[in-house]
Amino acid sequence: MDGVSGLSGAQKDELMDQVKQQIAVANAQELLTKMTEKCFKKCISKPGTSLDSSEQKCVAMCMDRYMDSWNLVSKAYSLRIQREQTNM
Amino acid sequence: MSTDFGDFSQGLTGKGGDKELQEFLMVEKQKAQFNAQIHEFNDFCWEKCVEKASNKLDSKTETCLTNCVDRFIDVSLLITNRFAQLLQKSGGM
Repeated sequence: MDGVSGLSGAQKDELMDQVKQQIAVANAQELLTKMTEKCFKKCISKPGTSLDSSEQKCVAMCMDRYMDSWNLVSKAYSLRIQREQTNM
Repeated sequence: MSTDFGDFSQGLTGKGGDKELQEFLMVEKQKAQFNAQIHEFNDFCWEKCVEKASNKLDSKTETCLTNCVDRFIDVSLLITNRFAQLLQKSGGM
């Protein structure tokens, strides 16, 4: 058995799909972890006995803004990479 | 996120390596690195620029986020270049 070279076309497609999916899951997990950390910090100043409605609202809003921010940062970074590549 | 395909793709480049898979993994690796970088940027630019979570990111915050990414890269390039110069001057490398 010589490793992955013996894979059929269909097996290869499946492997690639799996890799893609695992990366997507890891990416979503990273976003989730960060969002939880950041929005907890922003919205819960003094942890009470329950999440009150204003805290819940804040967390929901914070989540949306964090994703907005992520998209903005992503755009800025891609633009910068493009600029650097044309300058080379 | 640690997506390090280093060993895996190296294993593929050896005898019997699969070109298509190699290329696929390289592209995916680059995409993953790009994503990881955005997570990192967003992490500290959020701290720097976003005061309060409101209904919308205001234009000031948006500008701050965009500038934050660009200035961070500037600083990174500046430090890298200066560090290289320092190394050269000291004849270290």
